[in-house]
Amino acid sequence: MRRDVFQALADPTRREIITLIARKPLTPNAVADSFDVSRQAISKHIKILTECGLLVIRPQGRERLYAVQPQKLGEVSDWLENFRTIWETRFDKLDTLLQNMDSPSNSDAI
Amino acid sequence: MTQYQTIFIAEPGKQDITIVREFDAPREKVFRAFTEVEWLVQWLLPTDMGMALDYRDNRTGGAYRYLLPGPGGSQTGIFGVIHEISSPERMIQTFEYEGLPERGHVVLETTRFEALPGNRTRVTILRLCESEAFRDGMFQAGMEPMTTALHQRLDEALL
Repeated sequence: MRRDVFQALADPTRREIITLIARKPLTPNAVADSFDVSRQAISKHIKILTECGLLVIRPQGRERLYAVQPQKLGEVSDWLENFRTIWETRFDKLDTLLQNMDSPSNSDAI
Repeated sequence: MTQYQTIFIAEPGKQDITIVREFDAPREKVFRAFTEVEWLVQWLLPTDMGMALDYRDNRTGGAYRYLLPGPGGSQTGIFGVIHEISSPERMIQTFEYEGLPERGHVVLETTRFEALPGNRTRVTILRLCESEAFRDGMFQAGMEPMTTALHQRLDEALL
């Protein structure tokens, strides 16, 4: 499920939809009015965002309003932490490599 | 071994990521480790993160492609052209992540190597993205499978 969230946010239109709905809950038609793409395309994006739990439906009278699920967004805001983990792991390896690059049997040293 | 701190800067409202790190080695050597395939595979593309080299033609006007894990156990890649290799002070290349749903979102990456007293080197990597939203979205999407792979290997190593 977590991976789906990342996939969902990898698309720029879906990120804009999230930004828009984060300001206030909207109907699918109101969302579509803010974009230059078809209602059908927007409805597909909203479906994906709802399926991965980023959006929730809040019925209001006869309308169906879509709202952002803040806990789900919190899950992905730690991207910089992931980035940090990866680069720090790499740089630790590079520290070791820099010490061993001059050794004639480098492959044995690693 | 000296443990240097790595500085990461990705400010809200801006569209770049900057990484700064010092190394206990002369600039020429650090430059080679950052550019030459023989050394890159040992730290930038470690197999324990699920990464591998596809190709790298290491010259100004050259190109590269690296393989990395994609979502759901798939494999994806990053690729780019090498705009400038100026040993030992600067490397400039483009960077595009293949795991995105559409093509054309290119990052400009400039890496500077600065000689410090005591045969040390400061490396500054600047990744300039087309927008803040793209920066955050791309790195969310790109980092997650690699982090997962890394954590899995760490878990396996601890068993």
